[in-house]
This record gives sequence, structure tokens and C-alpha cells, in this order.
Amino acid sequence: MSIITALWALGILALIFGAVLGYAAIRFKVDADPLVEQIDEILPQTQCGQCGYPGCRPYAEAIANGDDINKCPPGGDATIKKLADLMGVEAKPLDAAQTPAVKRVAFIREDECIGCTKCIQACPVDAIVGASKQMHTVLTDECTGCDLCVEPCPVDCIDMVPLASSIERWKWDLKAIPVKVLES
Amino acid sequence: MPTLFQQIQAGKVWDFHGGIHPPSRKERTNQKPVALLDIPDRLYIPLRQHIGVAGKLLVKVGDRVLKGQALTQADNAMAVPVHAPTSGTVLAIELHTSTHPSSLAEPTLILAPDGMDEWRPRKPLDPEQADAYTLLERIQESGISGMGGAGFPTHIKVNVKQPVDYLIINAVECEPYITADDLLMQERASDIIAGIEILVKLLSPKAVLIGIEDDKPIAAASLKAAIGQRDNYFVREVPTKYPSGGEKQLIQLLTNKEVPAGRRPLDIGIVMQNVGTAFAIAQAVLDDIPLIHRVVTVAGETLAQQQNVLALIGTPISDLLNACGFQAEPQQRIIVGGPMMGFAIADWSVPVVKTTNCILAPTEHELGAASEEMDCIRCGACADACPASLLPQQLLWYSKAKDQDKLAEYNLSDCIECGACAYVCPSEIPLVHYYRVAKAEIRETQREALKAEQAKARFDARTERLEREKQERLERNQQLAAQRVAQQQASGLASQSAAAVQQALERTQQQAAPALDKEQIIAERERKKAEALAYQQQKQQAQTAEPASIQTSEQTEDPRKAAIAAALARAKAKKQAEAQSEVAAEPAPAEATASDADAKKAAVAAAIARAKAKKQTEAQSEVSAEPAPAETAASDADAKKAAVAAAIARAKAKKQTEAQSEVSAEPAPAETAASDADAKKAAVAAAIARAKAKKLAEQPQTEAAPATDVAEPVAVPTESTPEQDAKKAAIAAVIARAKAKKQQNSEPL
Repeated sequence: MSIITALWALGILALIFGAVLGYAAIRFKVDADPLVEQIDEILPQTQCGQCGYPGCRPYAEAIANGDDINKCPPGGDATIKKLADLMGVEAKPLDAAQTPAVKRVAFIREDECIGCTKCIQACPVDAIVGASKQMHTVLTDECTGCDLCVEPCPVDCIDMVPLASSIERWKWDLKAIPVKVLES
Repeated sequence: MPTLFQQIQAGKVWDFHGGIHPPSRKERTNQKPVALLDIPDRLYIPLRQHIGVAGKLLVKVGDRVLKGQALTQADNAMAVPVHAPTSGTVLAIELHTSTHPSSLAEPTLILAPDGMDEWRPRKPLDPEQADAYTLLERIQESGISGMGGAGFPTHIKVNVKQPVDYLIINAVECEPYITADDLLMQERASDIIAGIEILVKLLSPKAVLIGIEDDKPIAAASLKAAIGQRDNYFVREVPTKYPSGGEKQLIQLLTNKEVPAGRRPLDIGIVMQNVGTAFAIAQAVLDDIPLIHRVVTVAGETLAQQQNVLALIGTPISDLLNACGFQAEPQQRIIVGGPMMGFAIADWSVPVVKTTNCILAPTEHELGAASEEMDCIRCGACADACPASLLPQQLLWYSKAKDQDKLAEYNLSDCIECGACAYVCPSEIPLVHYYRVAKAEIRETQREALKAEQAKARFDARTERLEREKQERLERNQQLAAQRVAQQQASGLASQSAAAVQQALERTQQQAAPALDKEQIIAERERKKAEALAYQQQKQQAQTAEPASIQTSEQTEDPRKAAIAAALARAKAKKQAEAQSEVAAEPAPAEATASDADAKKAAVAAAIARAKAKKQTEAQSEVSAEPAPAETAASDADAKKAAVAAAIARAKAKKQTEAQSEVSAEPAPAETAASDADAKKAAVAAAIARAKAKKLAEQPQTEAAPATDVAEPVAVPTESTPEQDAKKAAIAAVIARAKAKKQQNSEPL
């Protein structure tokens, strides 16, 4: 008799817990992998595809699934370091040819542009404006420097130019030290 | 316990952490009156002289401008205009080295003064009558930005909604050498007080605190005299210590309040203005004199006359130095700003701007160049000197390591870059410089993070848009297809296309069934061949008019229509066949008696060749493609027909390539495929021909004909090489075949 009571009690308990757990699983369901979100935050969002994936988010998913963290040339060492911290792995050197350290943006030589719209279609961030048979131009502020527009241009009128330095973006030159020491 | 206000009223002055006592060297200039200079030959007026954005340019090259005339217009809140310091002609608006440590070029207006110094009409305001809005507008329009150093637009700083307890006027001027504010107070104390009154009207503070160092007794006395019997104006003399003039330090000195990290003084009910700014406000409101000049201390032992001068904004620094009897040393350094916080300039033609308070031309002996930097010995002297109570040695460590998280943790952003730590450092480490680099890098990182966020948003928006457009296109295509079916059923060609559809549907159904048996497949193939033959015969009957029209080249319209209709029918049949393996989809298989393997090979070769040909056509001009139609262009009419036929052949070929396992897609290459190379060549030629034909077909026929004519001469020279001849023969063959196939006309071209 007592065994049956115990079985009943345990069975009811199991049912209650099962119901609670089942409800919690639905109620507190995590929609996306938060790790992917975190990795995506770190990536530079140039959407350049140099990692071999069609954008930053696909690469973030690939990293979450165990791909190497050193495939992002635009992010450079800083991004690799952050990814290494996040993923708990060793930072590796960049797995690509040395990319220029200076930030670059696309520039369309407007005299030569034939207005084919191919670069507009290639731009992942809609940073090129223009219309068919009209001159195109790059919105420098929105350009991520991904190079994706250079290849499709049939007349090769797109250059990647270093971003012009401005007073806002200027960094102090350690060589020209203006701090003086006064001798009394 | 007396309240804070009572303590302030009682004259209590507090203290702040750290600070240093460098030799002040102010006695050289603080006894001499402010000198007036001749108008220089050229004035270089940077369009942006403050923190914020430049205004909209109002003048153009060649314009004559009057003294005080606005050169730019403030078109948003963060913009303040610049004005012509004297009358003259605008010589140029171009890039000129800026008065900034970077020495980067900035848009600068170059003015050639005419010497007349002719004023524009002036409209002084009565501060008693004017409302706050008018006053703020006048302050902005007069181009006033903070004159203490940072250059923050004043109209924003004094346009506050929050209650203000204390208006603090910064008259400390703690940096060595500089006496510009000192002289201004000595000479124009009453104007300064008038400016303060305007600020009081705008801010309504409980009290006005004027902080002044105790090494300026004359200035303090003249201010006190100018204040007279005004209530709640307190002149507070603070002990001479660097950097008492820092905003947060002076607030601590006068009110014992600390501005929390990352907040503004306004958040604790305090607004601070420089005494020079107060004077500029008085001039702007009472005399309608915009900010076109300022007092500048010109000091250093290379000068015969160290003094303060009233310099027009835009005066080249070299002019100022020469006016003071400058004798340059070898490797002379010129420093803009004081010796603690200033920066050396390379180009001496940079102009005086609104924030320039001092120009130093020291001798090597007087102000030695920075000596060799040694390693940090962790003596802690910098931490004792830091007025912001930071740990400079830790910040140095993390700055070198570029550890931005740690720098944030150690409150790098609270560093006021006063240079006290570098001054006391026994290892002569230029600490501030490391902090400036680190700060710039942090700003860059923040900017990039922001940009990445924007790029991501734009990328997501684009992806979404592309997806939406794809959906819309799909819907539109479905609608169009439905319309087409309706039209075809209505037209006379309906029977043909319906038959084709019926056939295709049957095929699909049959192929869907699991007919894996080899015999079954063979039987099916035979049956399909028969079907195709029947279809072709049917088609031939329908198009009996075509061969005649081609030979006579009179009725170009009819065959074209028929051809288009046929192409449409095929396309439709193709769609409904659902991209299954189309062993006998087209009439072509009837001709294709070659083995499966050969045909497959040929198809692959053709596909490769097409890709190659596409590249070639993109890269080169269309010259290479032109021989083909030219060759076939026996007459204009023939060329047109060939173009139409080729276009149809191309469309067909393309569809076939898209489908999978096209066993006998291209009978033409299959026949010529004696070797792979031959087939390839022929296919390339065919693809080029197709590309060209497409162009011609797309154009109106009237245009197509001359185009072919033009192509002919181009083709002539290329015919000379035997390779070209072979190619051309292949092209001709392909087009002939395509045409023949379509028209079922065996007549050679």
C-alpha cells in the first residue's frame, strides 16, 4: 500500500515538474543564438565577403560553429583579439594577405562612369547613388571600403582611395611632442 | 554649519588635489598696455574656428566685404559665423594650414584689406530692452565661441533650461607667460562687467563668482571697482597654482563641488564663461562689434618687445612676431598657446583664430626642447600632481598597451591634458602626449563602432529590400504569365502552343513516374522522338510562308511574329516542364542522332565557351563579335532575319543550358565536335554571334540594318588570318544551322 502511495506521489510530482519545465521551455525560449549576436557585434560590418562568407552575419554564425576567427581583414588584429577573448581561443595572425592599415573608401572617376549601375547592385550598404546611364557617385560617409564595387565595374573607373585625414580624425603624432618642461 | 552659499558669501576658497607651481614669467608682459597693430597685408580667416561645424559661405572670390560683415552664415545650432576683420576684397577661398597641432589644411578665406577699415552699419542692442532670444541670436551671429581654449559655441552654453546657481567667470589665466586676460581686465573691466550682466540676464544665477589668481592684483582691483555696488558679484582671488584655470578645478576652488565624471558643470547648476568671452558678448550686444579681434600675448626671449597685442582674427602669426621685433634662432620653435598646453607649429603663416591666446617664440635656453624619454620609475610624482586625481602612471602603461577597456576603467576621459604630470616627471616622459594619442584612438574606435552599426543597418535594409523586390517580381511574373496564356488562347496560334503545353505536361507526368527501367527509357525516348517529329512537321506546316519571305525579303513582319510566338511557346513549355531532364524537349533531338556522350561533351564545352565569350564581350568592344553578322549579312533584309533567328536560337540555347542534363541541347556543336577544341571554338563563335545578334534584335529593325552595314568594313581586315576564317566559317555554320532549325528550311545561305 505504502509503495503505491509513494509511486502516486512521485508520479504526480513528475507530472508537475514536467509541466513546469515544458511551460518554461516555451515561455523563456531563446530565439537566436546570443553568441552569434555577440560575434556579429564585434565584426566590422563592412559586408565585404573577404572571409569567404556572404556578409558579416554569416561569418559570425560560422565562427559560432567553430570556424577560424582570423578571416576578417577589415577588422584586423583588434577584431581578432576581441573574438579570441569572446570565444576563449588563442588569437591568431590574420589569415590573408597584409591589408593596408589605412582606411580606404571607393571613389568613382565620374568622367569615366558610363552609368551601368553594376556597382550600385554590388554595394552591400547602398553607399553608391546613381541611375541607369547617369553618373554614379559614392557616399563617402557610408562606404565601408569593402572593394566589392571595384570588380563589377566594366570600365574600371572605381578606385579605392585612402580616407582623407581631417582634424576630427587626426591622431597626435608622438614624434612632435609639444609638452615643454620649464626650467626655473 | 553655514550653507554653501553662506560660505561663498563669506569669501571662502577651497582647494583641489595636486597642481604645480611653474615659473609664471608673466611680469614680462603684464605691465605693458595692449598694443594696436597695423592692418596686415593678408588675412587668413579659417571658416571654422570653434568646436562644431562651419557655417554656410556667404561671399565669393572677388567680393568686397566691409568690416564686421559676416562671411559665413550659421545654418545650424553648432555653427557660428566668421566675420571680416576689416574691409577689403576676398582674394581666394582655399585650403590653408590650420592653427591646429595637426597642421592639416582647412578651408580658409583669404582677405586682402583695402586699408579703409570701413564698417558695415551697426545696430547696437539695449540689453535692458532685448529679450533672451534676441540676445542669444546676437551672440551666435557675432560668432562668439569660448575664448578660453576649447572654442565651444557660447550661444549653446548660455541657452539653458535648467536653473543655474552660479555663473563663474574664469579670469584665472594660470598658464605661464599668458597675460591676455589680465590686460583685458586691467583695461576694459567695465565692458567685462557689462558682458557679465548680459550673461546674468540670460542665466539668472544666484551669484556671479569671478575667479582670479592672486598674482593679478591690478586686474582684480579694477574688476572690483567696475562691479561697484552690484549684489552677489564676488571677485574671489585664488592662490596661484597651475591648473586653477581648468573648468573643473576652478569650480572646486570656488564652490567645493566636483563635476561628476562624464557630466557637465551645468548638471550641478554651474555655468562657466571666460572673461574674454564676457568681453566679446558686451562688444557684440552693446556696440555690435562681432568677434573680429582678440588680445594675444606675444612672448619669448627672441622678441625685442614682449607684449600683448590686439590682433585681428586671421592675422598670420609671422606678422605678429615681426611686429614685436622677432629674431629667429636656428631651429626656432613657435608655440601657439601656453608652454603647458600649447602646440608647436611648423608653418608660421597660420593665422590667429578665436581661441589663440598666446604665441611663444622662446629661445632654446629659455624653453628647452623635450629631452630623452626614460623609463617610468613609478615614483608616483605624477599622481601627486594630477589635478583630476587620476593615476597617470597607470594610464601611461595602458596607453602604451592600447588597452582601451583599462583606460576607461582608470578614467582617461577625465584627464584635462594640463601637462602637470609631464612637468613633474623625473623620467621626462611626455605623459600627456600618450594620453592624447590614446584619446584619439578611443574616439576612432567609437566612431568605427558607430559606423559599423550604421553599415549593418544599411545592409539589413538592403537585404530586406532585395527580398521584397524579388517577391514583387515573382508576383508580377505570375500575373503576366496568366495574361499571356489568356492572350494565346485568344489568338490563332493558340492551337500550337496548347499542343506544346500539352506535350510538355505529358512529359513531366511521365518523367515524374518512376520509370527507371532501361528498356522503358529507350522506348520512351523513341516515342518522344516521334512526338518531336510530329511537332516539327506541325510547325513546318504552320510556317510554310517563312522560307518564301526570307528569299524575297519582303514580308519581314510575319515570320518575325511567328518566330516570337514560337519562342514564347517554347519558353512556356519549358517552364511547365519544371526543369526536369528534357531528353526530347525540343525539336532539335530529331537531328541529334549522335551518341549521348558526345552530345553531353559538346553541351559542356558550349557552356564553358559561352561563359568565356561573355567575358570577352564585356572586356572588349564589340568588334570581335561583329564579323559574324557581317558575314551573314548578304543583304539588309537577310541580316535582320539572321539576327532574329540568332536571337531565338540564343534564347533557346540559354534555356537549355539552365536546365539540367541537356543531352542533346546543342546539335550544332555536337555535329562539329570532331575534337573538343573545334567544338569550343565553334561554340565561342556562336556565343559571340548570339550576343551580337541579341543587340541587333533588341534594336528597332531600322537601326539594326545600318549597324550591320557598319560592321562589315570592320570585319574585312579580320578576315585575313586563316584562324579568323575558320572561326567565321564556324560562326556562319552555327547561324545557318540555327536559322535552318528554326525555319526548317535546308536552303544554304
